[in-house]
Amino acid sequence: MAHEVAILGVGMHPWGKWGRNFVEYGVKAAQDALADAGVDWRDVQFVAGADTIRNGYPGHVAGATFAQALGWQGAQVASSYGACASGSQAIATARAQILAGLCDVALVVGADTTPKGFFAPSGGGDRSRDPDWLRFRLVGATNPVYFGLWARRRMELFGATEEDFARVKVKNSRHAVHNPNARFPKSFTLDEVLASPMVSDPLRLLQICATSDGGAALILTSMEYARKHTADPVTIPAVSNVTPKYPNQLIEMPNFATDSGAGLSVPDVPFRPSIAKYAYEQAGVGPEDMDLAEVYDLSSALELDWYEILGLCKEGEAEKLVRDGDTSVGGRIPVNTSGGLGAFGEAIPAQAIAQVCELTWQMRGEAGGRQVDGAKLGITANYGLFGHGSSVIVKK
Amino acid sequence: MSKTEAPAIEGWFTMDRERPHLLGTRCKSCQNVFFPKETSYCRNPACNGTDFDEIELSRTGRLWSFTNNCYAPPEPFVADDPFEPYAIAAVELEAEKMVVMGQVTAGVSVEELEAGMEMELVLETLFEDDDNEFLVWKWRPTAAAA
Repeated sequence: MAHEVAILGVGMHPWGKWGRNFVEYGVKAAQDALADAGVDWRDVQFVAGADTIRNGYPGHVAGATFAQALGWQGAQVASSYGACASGSQAIATARAQILAGLCDVALVVGADTTPKGFFAPSGGGDRSRDPDWLRFRLVGATNPVYFGLWARRRMELFGATEEDFARVKVKNSRHAVHNPNARFPKSFTLDEVLASPMVSDPLRLLQICATSDGGAALILTSMEYARKHTADPVTIPAVSNVTPKYPNQLIEMPNFATDSGAGLSVPDVPFRPSIAKYAYEQAGVGPEDMDLAEVYDLSSALELDWYEILGLCKEGEAEKLVRDGDTSVGGRIPVNTSGGLGAFGEAIPAQAIAQVCELTWQMRGEAGGRQVDGAKLGITANYGLFGHGSSVIVKK
Repeated sequence: MSKTEAPAIEGWFTMDRERPHLLGTRCKSCQNVFFPKETSYCRNPACNGTDFDEIELSRTGRLWSFTNNCYAPPEPFVADDPFEPYAIAAVELEAEKMVVMGQVTAGVSVEELEAGMEMELVLETLFEDDDNEFLVWKWRPTAAAA
């Protein structure tokens, strides 16, 4: 695998609603990742920051903010904004620098502080040309509205039930109990999930991811550099940040409508599956090779979509997978061993990085009570507004 | 004194209370259709078109999926107080091969909706100020028409 970089260190600031400056969380995560790698901050040559999010758009400049907080030492810097995929864009930037031979050691870091309640536009006055403002103004289309449309569609197409969606939450909550970085390390029962208030039918409060504070960081290095530190490093053989192909026939945040497919042939592979397809092709592996996956469960129903998108099962079989316990730790292909977004809540720029932290701990056998025995190969999937999505493959 | 009816957003739909249409554009080069309107550069990657005709979209379609808001959406949505939950529909327009989202007409709950049912476009009040009643497009089950 010619395009591998090593994950020499990982670190996280626990997710929560801490209400402090995002820089604190990022610095803590970065320091943990540096200590984990055994790398001195002054030896880091490149800093890739994932931007904080302010209602759909980049907020504070990230890369330099973290570099300053850790102490200016002259490293090269870049910042990435890609909504939920901001963290994987930062990973892709650092990886490209390393693979091009421009640096040996890079820090990737993302962190955020979130307001209470729905993600929504704040300030900026009348933004009548901005779809992310207009969707709230004209339709009241919050993020859970889109999650609800996709979930209902699953029910119509495949006969999914509210219980199926609830089973995903129950499963992930059992994983989260063993994760000290999860915001909600609490095991929920099916009845508790189904008794929580309806938000956007058919999705209830406990099936929709919250918004959280948190931070995550990686030390990425060239393979050559890593082998000076460890004989058998965990690596990244693939990063995918594909855009959709026209016409995109799925309604996505923050849009009012899909592209028109009239008179056009629809793409062979729709947007979501194309994210994983590109990652698999790059790494020269397939879904059958995966030991585990970390997927973007913006809602518990969306996790079921991911099983099929990643090729973990055929279309329409995801409900059976969760019912049979195949995606639980101990099952055939555990998904969201970290507890997923349901147990973390979104700290958007940190989220795609946190998924890679989880897979790294799993590959090293350091995941404690949520450990997947013999995990060697895993994939992340991530998805957000404005046509952003990503996958990272992690390998031992 | 009655208030003046005004669109909540200019140029997105016809102000015909009986048979309203959403307004989109069609690329003069490749004939692709856009909603909301694309007016500067065609988004078909195989086309470099820059000229567009305004067109009326189909005013009926099939319900692709639906959900609702059980809690008031945040600003800039103008929510009634007390807030009444309302449904939201994604409707597939056959000719345009496009799914368009909108609120469902007041008083029709998710229990009354079923995927595949025919929906038609209506205009309804989104919010009011002292002088104006601002209208927006909504979807209504065709069978529910009075």
